[in-house]
Amino acid sequence: MNSDGRMKKAFLAPLIPLVLLTLSAEFLVRQGFVRAYLVPAPSAVLRAMIDSRAELLQALFATSIGSLAGFVMSALTGIAIAVLLSSSRVIQRAFYPYAIFFQTVPLIAVAPLLVIWFGFGIQTVIASAFVASVFPVIANTLSGILSTDPPLRDLFKLYGASRLVTLFKLRLPAALPQLFTGLRVSAGLAVIGAIVGEFIAGGGLGSVVETARTQQRIDKVFAAVLLASLLGLALFGLINLLSHLTLRRWHASEQPQ
Amino acid sequence: MTSAGARGVEVQLDQVRRVFDNNRVVIAGMDLRIDAGEFLAVLGPSGCGKSTLLRMIAGLAGPDSGQIRMQPNGQRFETAFVFQDAHLLPWRNVLANAALPLELMGEAKTKRNEKARAALHQVGLLDALDRYPAELSGGMRMRVSLARALVTEPRLLLLDEPFAALDEITRFHLDVQLRELWQRRGMTVIFVTHSVSEAAFLANRAVVLARSGGAIKLDRRLELPAVRNIELRSDPGLGQEMRLLLGAIEE
Repeated sequence: MNSDGRMKKAFLAPLIPLVLLTLSAEFLVRQGFVRAYLVPAPSAVLRAMIDSRAELLQALFATSIGSLAGFVMSALTGIAIAVLLSSSRVIQRAFYPYAIFFQTVPLIAVAPLLVIWFGFGIQTVIASAFVASVFPVIANTLSGILSTDPPLRDLFKLYGASRLVTLFKLRLPAALPQLFTGLRVSAGLAVIGAIVGEFIAGGGLGSVVETARTQQRIDKVFAAVLLASLLGLALFGLINLLSHLTLRRWHASEQPQ
Repeated sequence: MTSAGARGVEVQLDQVRRVFDNNRVVIAGMDLRIDAGEFLAVLGPSGCGKSTLLRMIAGLAGPDSGQIRMQPNGQRFETAFVFQDAHLLPWRNVLANAALPLELMGEAKTKRNEKARAALHQVGLLDALDRYPAELSGGMRMRVSLARALVTEPRLLLLDEPFAALDEITRFHLDVQLRELWQRRGMTVIFVTHSVSEAAFLANRAVVLARSGGAIKLDRRLELPAVRNIELRSDPGLGQEMRLLLGAIEE
């Protein structure tokens, strides 16, 4: 099959369950099998989206900024921490358990603390997105750096390469496939982190969900949740595109099966 | 016998001993002298210390005791190493892979690319400069690896079972190519292999190591013609040398 055919298949395959699910939900709600105040009909969600488009778009923009900023911070900090941890076994043994501990702390419990530290507003949302998404970058980049092919390390040693040269010309490029895996996971988590931050600090889609919930506007809650999911998908797609452009000539994960 | 116009280094091992972390003595006091410009094959069963010996000569691991001396003990980077698999950088194309050692040594881009092209020309890969390792066959990858080793014009070339994973025909072509390169360049070559036929076909001298402790069971100068080609494969002399080497391994 040519690449056009593959692309079509890649886009069409997930559309089929989406269409089936939407039609089933519409049917079940309209026929009264599911109560509309629990699950709204897809047409009601669409109507809420159109009616509240200005508010929703503004909220989507705010959440996008918070998620993206938190995600970029996670990517940069995560890579830097992974490089630092990989520099010595002692540093790794001393600090890596804390990175794992950091990951296990429930974000929803930490979010109020973030408000105390950073105040209400975007800075708390960014911090929340960062806390939620930094660990996968650290773990995957570290694993990639540490699993560099030993004979290649020998080769660099044989020709007198410094640690810095070995890092930039061997270890980091070799870690790219795993780094992208970490970034894919991290992209979704950054959106979740931003929404959690918005629940507490206000603004964005998180705030829309919270307000609509108290007004029992379940259609608007679904509309906001759908937009948040689409934002996560867009970030995921962006990372996939970057991964494809970077790895397509040399890594099996980006080559036709 | 050494190659014409030898510019290789002489390698002298004096009572070299190497012990692994689990206290296993891999090499227990080895004495071995390899003449400048010699093509030496090192044979022996798995785990007998062949690869460890090569890594120590390359300076990638130090002996626990004893000495390894080179004569002349000149500049750095005069040693090149070819591994069991090609081990290329998959994100670099053929030219950039072949030029890597020079890049690490700080050579300017134009000059290192020029030298890399010359090395790739020697292994017949000039038409694949822009291709990536994933787009090459196993034999082509190995030839890039060989070009990468030759690009610095080393005086000592160490090969650790480089063609073991290749099919018989590719392996034979690479054997012939390696032998020609050695004759042209006059470097010292130490070639570790499991294959008795490959050792006898390629080398001028072969040593067989014992299963443990790296003791030398046989050290033999191979009595074969200087030109090694397809006719030699059916030469009774080659068969005789192979029998001797095999006998020493199985002893």
